[in-house]
Amino acid sequence: MRYDLQIIASWIEPGSRVLDLGCGEGNLLKFLITQKQAAGTGIERNEAKVADCIAKGLSVLQGDINEEVLDYPDDTFDYVILSQTLQQVYEPDTLIRYMLRIGQKGIVSFPNFSHWGPRLQLLLSGYAPVTKQLPYEWYNTPNIRVITIKDFRKFIQQVGFNILKEVAIDTHSEDRYGKAIKVFPNLRATYGIFLIGNGK
Amino acid sequence: MSEYIEHDRDKNSVGFVEKKFFTCAESPAEMILECGERLGPITLAYETCGSLNADKSNVILILHALSGDSHVAGYYREDDEKPGWWDNMVGPGKGIDTNRYFIVCSNILGSCMGSTGPCTINPKTVLPYGLDFPVVTIGDMVTAQKALLDHLGIKKLLAVVGGSIGGMQLLEWCVRYPDMVTAGIPLATTTRHSALAIAFNEVGRQAIMADPKWNNGNYYFGPKPDLGLAVARMIGHITYLSDESMRLKFGRRLQDKSDFSFNFDADFQVESYLRYQGKKFVERFDANSFLYITKAADYYDIRRQHGSGSAVKAFSKTRAKFLVVSFTSDWLYPTYQSRAMVKAMKKNGLDVSFCEIEAEWGHDAFLLSNERLTGLIRGFLERVYNESCK
Repeated sequence: MRYDLQIIASWIEPGSRVLDLGCGEGNLLKFLITQKQAAGTGIERNEAKVADCIAKGLSVLQGDINEEVLDYPDDTFDYVILSQTLQQVYEPDTLIRYMLRIGQKGIVSFPNFSHWGPRLQLLLSGYAPVTKQLPYEWYNTPNIRVITIKDFRKFIQQVGFNILKEVAIDTHSEDRYGKAIKVFPNLRATYGIFLIGNGK
Repeated sequence: MSEYIEHDRDKNSVGFVEKKFFTCAESPAEMILECGERLGPITLAYETCGSLNADKSNVILILHALSGDSHVAGYYREDDEKPGWWDNMVGPGKGIDTNRYFIVCSNILGSCMGSTGPCTINPKTVLPYGLDFPVVTIGDMVTAQKALLDHLGIKKLLAVVGGSIGGMQLLEWCVRYPDMVTAGIPLATTTRHSALAIAFNEVGRQAIMADPKWNNGNYYFGPKPDLGLAVARMIGHITYLSDESMRLKFGRRLQDKSDFSFNFDADFQVESYLRYQGKKFVERFDANSFLYITKAADYYDIRRQHGSGSAVKAFSKTRAKFLVVSFTSDWLYPTYQSRAMVKAMKKNGLDVSFCEIEAEWGHDAFLLSNERLTGLIRGFLERVYNESCK
């Protein structure tokens, strides 16, 4: 499992109710259900991935995460996870508000744009950065948001929520291994992972 | 019976099955129908396959659609031309695995495939019911199915599975017997017919009733309204396909000729196909049953029946886990109707999975062999089976 997903999994208490937004092939969900006795549900847009998840015995809905979050009653979940998808969300503040309406806590991870890699690329080459974490050209990227760890901290404060936990990581080797970055995370981490709550 | 089913290429089959009959609601304990009338005795034709386990926890009830029957899988005899209508899904190792589950499928009330319907003899007159048969509902069909399961000593259903009108019966099962149903798999179905669906059914009914041989439903001793029923079936077939599937299957190709005939014979392949389907259908189906079953489907509205107009309220009455499946090219029960169902289930905090399968074959896609559909059903059933064993 991807290193950032391993970190996310380690934050989730056994027996929790979990919603994974953009669950892909359902690796995190499967892990949480089998290893953490979680009651897990996923939402995924891609038909083939949805079919794959359901065939694996997961409870997954095909749909757009921005719309699907609207239907759940308040506090249906203990955790609502948005991993490596925030940079593709059109209205991040609306989505995060909904995440914290339907869930007690939210977990958000995203590629850190202020890592020294993209910074250097832009500075030295003058082209829009293309990295392993953000592997697209400007004209074909689904990533419509550029987010840094510092930006996200500021954003969460502005929308009135609390950061309960945060880890900055640097991953390598197909993202399965990595390490936490404590010193200069905004410069040295490839991903930021945040546990957020609504401050009640 | 499905127009599509063929022998399994790998000869993988449940083998021989037997059509059985169960009779209930005998006088004076007739069944009281939703319309207020009494009906009895009621006979249901049913078939089972697989074996019931010791604690009777592996039962799956399969509910058929408009023209289906109890013959869901397998063969009656060695020389049968075709297996049951869902033989591609039901069998050893298949999506609904008969090595693991015990399958029950009965012919619906009002049909003509062995269960009581308008062509059955009315005990009061000793003549076929015809239009004296009361208008039955999806709810009445379910009441009769429940009596059958009681008779079989089955108190718990691991899952109910059904497409189209079978899906409506399934939803009715889930809201009416929440303690009994663990899971439901509604395929290509809806909580209520749209105006479009009612419109097509009405044209079909009018075609039957406009046939002089229909004779107010009283034709059992003379010529049958074959033309009317064939036209009704032709209309049905148009709604089961899609623009895309018809383009791929027929296009504007001509049937056995190189130029137009300049008369009203079937020039185009699509005309010939529809005529053939119509003709085949009248050999096996009763026109009055077509009227009654389509009416029952048009009347069905889970919101009105169980939710005072609200789908959310209706689904608050079930605790089942759901796998909802729709098909991209189904314009009879389009995906938005499945999504509305899923929404109402989610608002009740129900465990629901949903997949819209990319398929060009329209509404009938649920009957066709489809690896994706098989995988979905197999995975979902395995999960609910494992969870229910815990």
